[in-house]
Amino acid sequence: MDIASYFNYWIVIVLMMLGFYIVIARGNLVKKLIGLNIFQTSVFILYISAGKVSDGAAPILTEGVSVYSNPLPHVLILTAIVVGIATTAVGLALVARIHEAYGTVEESQILEQDNAC
Amino acid sequence: MLSHLPILPVLLPLLGAPICALLRKPVAAWLFACTVALLTFAAAIALLAQTWQQGVLSYALGGWAAPWGIEYRIDLLNGLVLTLVSGMASAVLLGGRASIWRETPEEKRSLFLVAFLLCLAGLQGIAATGDAFNLFVFLEISSLSTYALVATGRDRRALVAAYNYLIMGTIGATFILIGIGFIYMLTGTLNMMDLAQRLPALTESRTAFAGFVFIIVGVCLKLALFPLHLWLPGAYTHASSMVTVFLAATATKVALYVLIRFSFSVFRLEFSTLALPLETVFLTLGIVAVFAGSLVAIYQPDLKRGLAYSSVAQIGYMVIGVGVGTVIGLQAALVHLFNHALMKGALFMALAAVVYRVGDGKFSSLRGIGREMPLTCACMLLGGLSLIGVPGTAGFISKWYLVVAVADREQWVLVALILAGSLLTAVYIWRLVETVYLGVPGPRQVPDSPAGRAEAPPGLLAVSVVLALANVYFGFDTRLPVEAASGAAESLFAAGQP
Repeated sequence: MDIASYFNYWIVIVLMMLGFYIVIARGNLVKKLIGLNIFQTSVFILYISAGKVSDGAAPILTEGVSVYSNPLPHVLILTAIVVGIATTAVGLALVARIHEAYGTVEESQILEQDNAC
Repeated sequence: MLSHLPILPVLLPLLGAPICALLRKPVAAWLFACTVALLTFAAAIALLAQTWQQGVLSYALGGWAAPWGIEYRIDLLNGLVLTLVSGMASAVLLGGRASIWRETPEEKRSLFLVAFLLCLAGLQGIAATGDAFNLFVFLEISSLSTYALVATGRDRRALVAAYNYLIMGTIGATFILIGIGFIYMLTGTLNMMDLAQRLPALTESRTAFAGFVFIIVGVCLKLALFPLHLWLPGAYTHASSMVTVFLAATATKVALYVLIRFSFSVFRLEFSTLALPLETVFLTLGIVAVFAGSLVAIYQPDLKRGLAYSSVAQIGYMVIGVGVGTVIGLQAALVHLFNHALMKGALFMALAAVVYRVGDGKFSSLRGIGREMPLTCACMLLGGLSLIGVPGTAGFISKWYLVVAVADREQWVLVALILAGSLLTAVYIWRLVETVYLGVPGPRQVPDSPAGRAEAPPGLLAVSVVLALANVYFGFDTRLPVEAASGAAESLFAAGQP
């Protein structure tokens, strides 16, 4: 049980917390989306790490290889990556529209303008 | 054809959406979308009838057998949710054209309908699939289209509401993804039935516990369970009227379905060691949601926002039913799931008709509208009475089952709190009645609004009347929701028996 052998999982935790913190703490709408992306990316790495089998080869049938990595998590996460891209695209489109309507992407200034009217 | 029935309620709107995008003429797109929604509804009804007779239907997607392939598994619970969602979608599309046309610019109307169909496909997919990862994908399909739909509201605040929903919704969905990842690592399977067989051996595992908690928190974000409800009032208030009707009647209901499915089918709550703390959590949050939601609803200057907070309270009731953790508790939650869709459907639909006339849903604009739109306001009143739980309405039935379920566990304080919550509902419905019937009309904002008595366009009015009458009908003839719910609740518990 070597801490260093869980290297990817440490990365996952650090990225997850970083991303989550940015989403919660930042007031800039674009930065929030960046945080969200980091948060999602950490989950991608979590899935990909889980699919790796020690000394396993890529899951392609060839002679002389008997241990393969599990391809299923990788395929699953391919779907999740697409979902993540779609979310980011919709989010950025919304931010662009918000910028048109309010002239700013800072949450505090948007709240100010909403309260003013 | 008939053997492919389980996939049809998902496939029809999913294929219909891109075709709808090709129809640039809004009227053609609308006719097409209505046809798709009605066919979906018909397929869902056929499916419900079939599960009623034959029990569980299993469908292997693409012919790949479960647990390797994706399995669609329809039991009474799925059938009920599928029918409810597609029925509401048909009602909104058929009746809501005037409102959609008023609130969406002409070049965006077809695209609005595309997003609507995609949202329907996503919600139906969640309700039909028996595969945990497939559920996540459909969740995101419905969420992404919902963000777009919310952003179509006329007010610029709709954009901010949609953005906030996107952030919260994505966090929720990612939590679900993490949870599914954990249980996949542990069991090596994604099929819900397969998971249900493998998980009981792992009740001591911390990974299973963490996975379960991640999924529950993620679903509760989607469900808008207090205190994770912050996205809901903004999204409901600023979205265009028809979107609010559809979301209020279906989106949170489907989330509740996911919560029940994961708690009872996949993790088999009543046998695991997690059951005890989770019951307390659900009961506490449920009751807090009832009071917080109702109290805030009383003080809202805008009826639409008030009803949105009322939804937060009503979700509280459903979660209490789940938290009671018995067959009748679950049955009460499912009956309320069905009935609440009818009440909020009727209320928001009638409100949409009023908004069509007066421009917004502020109480100040609604003064005296009852004399000008008597039929519409009568529908609103019926919906409101049902929301309070007056005998003779659907709301009474669900409150009755809930109180019986809680009394069965001998938690008398909780019974008293549920009844007190109903009184709070009566307060904000009375405020509505007072404004609508006793208020003196002020100047109108919409310039072309005719003076004197004038109802909303026939489509909006007809659907409001149908939904309001459904509230009365299901207050007397309770067979459909109650029997489907009891069958579903019993099968959920029976599946857990070793």
